[in-house]
Amino acid sequence: MSRLGKITRRTLLVGAVAVAGGAAFGVYQIRKPVVNPLRPEQGASLNPYVIIDQQGISIIAPRAEMGQGVHTTLAALVAEELDADWENVRVLHGPPAAAYFNAALAHGALPVPEYNMKDWQRRVTEGLGAASKLLGLQVTGGSTSTVDGFTRMRMAGASAREALKAVAAERLGVDVSDLRTELGRVISPDGTEIDYRDLAEAAAMRPVPQVALRNPDDWTLLGRSLPRSDMRAKVTGQAQFSTDIMLEGMKFATVRICPYLGGSMAGFDPAPALALAGVEQVLDLGDGVAVIGSNTWAAMQGAEAVEIDWTPSPLPATPDAIFDQIARAFEARPNSTMRDQGAPDEVAAEIEVEYRVPFLAHSTMEPMGATAVLQDGHLTLWVGNQAPREHAKVAAEAAGIEVENVTLHTVFLGGGFGRRVETDVTRQAATLAAMLPQTPIRLTWSREEDMRHDFYRPAAIARMRGAVAEGRAVLFDAKIAAPSVTRAAIGRIIGREMGGPDKGHVEGAFDQPYAIPNYRVAGHLAELDVPIGFWRAVGSSFNGFFHECFIDELAHAAGRDPLQFRLEHVGAESPVAGGVLETVRDLSGWGAPVPEGAGRGVAMTWSFGTPTAVVIDLERANGGIRIARAFIACDPGLVLDPAIVRAQMESGLIYGLSAALMGEITFTDGRADQGNFPEYDALRMFNTPRIEVAIVQDNPHMGGVGEPGTPPAMPALANALFALTGQRVRTLPLLHHADFLV
Amino acid sequence: MTVTCVVNGTPRQTDMAPETPLLWVLRDDFGLTGTKFGCGIAACGACTVHIDGEAVRACQIPVGDVWGDVTTIEGMAQGDTLSPLQEAWVRHQVAQCGFCQSGQIMQAADLLSENPDPTDEDIDAAMGGNLCRCGTYSAIRAAIHDAARVLNGGRAG
Repeated sequence: MSRLGKITRRTLLVGAVAVAGGAAFGVYQIRKPVVNPLRPEQGASLNPYVIIDQQGISIIAPRAEMGQGVHTTLAALVAEELDADWENVRVLHGPPAAAYFNAALAHGALPVPEYNMKDWQRRVTEGLGAASKLLGLQVTGGSTSTVDGFTRMRMAGASAREALKAVAAERLGVDVSDLRTELGRVISPDGTEIDYRDLAEAAAMRPVPQVALRNPDDWTLLGRSLPRSDMRAKVTGQAQFSTDIMLEGMKFATVRICPYLGGSMAGFDPAPALALAGVEQVLDLGDGVAVIGSNTWAAMQGAEAVEIDWTPSPLPATPDAIFDQIARAFEARPNSTMRDQGAPDEVAAEIEVEYRVPFLAHSTMEPMGATAVLQDGHLTLWVGNQAPREHAKVAAEAAGIEVENVTLHTVFLGGGFGRRVETDVTRQAATLAAMLPQTPIRLTWSREEDMRHDFYRPAAIARMRGAVAEGRAVLFDAKIAAPSVTRAAIGRIIGREMGGPDKGHVEGAFDQPYAIPNYRVAGHLAELDVPIGFWRAVGSSFNGFFHECFIDELAHAAGRDPLQFRLEHVGAESPVAGGVLETVRDLSGWGAPVPEGAGRGVAMTWSFGTPTAVVIDLERANGGIRIARAFIACDPGLVLDPAIVRAQMESGLIYGLSAALMGEITFTDGRADQGNFPEYDALRMFNTPRIEVAIVQDNPHMGGVGEPGTPPAMPALANALFALTGQRVRTLPLLHHADFLV
Repeated sequence: MTVTCVVNGTPRQTDMAPETPLLWVLRDDFGLTGTKFGCGIAACGACTVHIDGEAVRACQIPVGDVWGDVTTIEGMAQGDTLSPLQEAWVRHQVAQCGFCQSGQIMQAADLLSENPDPTDEDIDAAMGGNLCRCGTYSAIRAAIHDAARVLNGGRAG
């Protein structure tokens, strides 16, 4: 108990999610069943995850489908136990509801490395999941969806199945244990079949049966690569995103908000916009304008034409001055020292270097957008989002109504990557709907608005000291400075200042499975008001780069092979992590002679519960450098859908390579210098490497897969560049330093 | 003043100004929202449609200048029967978020009509203007090869 007592309120604030202190949670409240938010007119709902009506079975996915395939895997968890016919299952986004809380968000809350968490620590984080239930945190993020749904959604399928069987047993006058289920039907020993559709209404009236879950050996859907539930809609143009809703009498809107971040609007002249065909209204939003038109193009032309007097940004005026401000954080005491082994101050450093990475945009394919209508005091919204309850709350505030009078439809997300946790576009759409009651509004941002009003991945600086002896690392001493995403983003969500040591700030650096005698990672929080937020792998996306490039420097200083050097430091500390290094070694044929004009690099990052190793091969071609091949090995433990895991690993890798190679947002006078893809591009088909993925399942704990591919991709690329050119690049993006073919 | 154009085989009229890009007429007037807005400057390919079978960026073509029959993603399937490319997209489970995929499919259809048996290099060259932030490129390449095999009378695989 004394160790549990150390889990103080301060500690609770440091994780991937803030468990707000102050409220006294009784056991009763935690055990209380969730309220089923589904409405009777939607069909018979046997629990918050299953609706059966005359059309068939619908499964409610409590998380947002943003490309990661979560609708398919979460629905498969239910369908496995329900014995539904997979080909005919429909998958829907859930409404905003506390029932859909994400307990796994709390799994990263303790300030200890995930790879060597003790059993009691895992139990504590499960307890924190109960607090997440009370807060009703319905958030898609942190690569948690499958971990969160793994038991709960199978239970939902199993209890629904048993309720259906109980009704059938009564009707047929047979014992329930004599019934079996298959493809959406209950089957009696004499072969009589009753379709679930004919049992559902009666089953929904019954108390929820408690049943045991099936043995994984008996699974027929889980563990297989299933056809994705969203695929057909996405290849026929039928999948609906935020701005694909057609409503009678709809008007089309865009916004132009002060691009000098932190600045506002002193005044504006709408006349040049109103003179344009199709422009109907220019509305004052305080820090910018909205233009309403008869079509989106007219609105966008109008927004450009409005003459606006902006007030200046308080941010440092140049990119260099912004980095100077971040570097100032080193002058203050660290916010955290979550890895602190040996006596780093007493070991002389052989290498002392500084790394820098820039701000990054999310750059989702779909620019921000939403559709909204306020009708007779009731607001209906369609918006692809990663936090429905937060979005509904913000929409209600903006429209000046109670949240009970908001209906929020989560539609498909055209990419999320953390951006659509943020509620800014929802607030705008609700504000416009309230200004123009009874008129449906389709709000679409321009790409430039999207890129200049992001909540960016923060820029960061690392100062590293290191030393080697007898082929081993004996000193790894890192200080990391950046503005805090945890404080910024969670502060926005829960509406209060965050305190305490910030784990997210140093994850990917302090929590890596290396055995090094003098090993320290200190986090320094920079004071800087650039809007920042969650991004694919956030902290691990920069800390993984710092950590794994510096390990590479130590390996070369020791005169060792960088992969073997890693294995020797990792193998004993974490056999699971050692396993992915061995797997990527074998997959890539590491160790074979590298031809003239080629170079290969390796990196490994443990993030979101999944150790992931990457090897990158570079080749000189046509006077430049080409990323020829990539090999990725991961160990997320039990794999529920191998094709989706593979796709996520490729996706995360490409996202990381794109950022490392060419991603950079800079600010001049507080305005992003990049506005569209020509200035902020990403890998395309011709410069994406051939990728091979290997999935290992030795990890005893299930990890995430949406994010872990991103962090090791970046250092593996930089390490490969060093192998090819002998040039150690410590500042991203790499395109500024080497002649890549892009 | 109205502009008339044939979209997916049906003549359609719009009251939007002739200089309005085809993209916005399709999306905002005709309700054909399968064609997506990504950048507005022909840098991402999300709005790719066909005019007389040729892939074009609908964000750059004033509706008044449309010179032939327009085909959008909604016009690729015949009823419930998907086109060979769409079938290949399903077989290879290409889409992730899906936002760029209408444009990818329309661009790939143009490639296959010009070049029924493209090499990897041909595919890379043809698809370079179509961005995908989920990184589905390897699946797209495989699906194009597979559709080409089917269109040439071979077996899907």
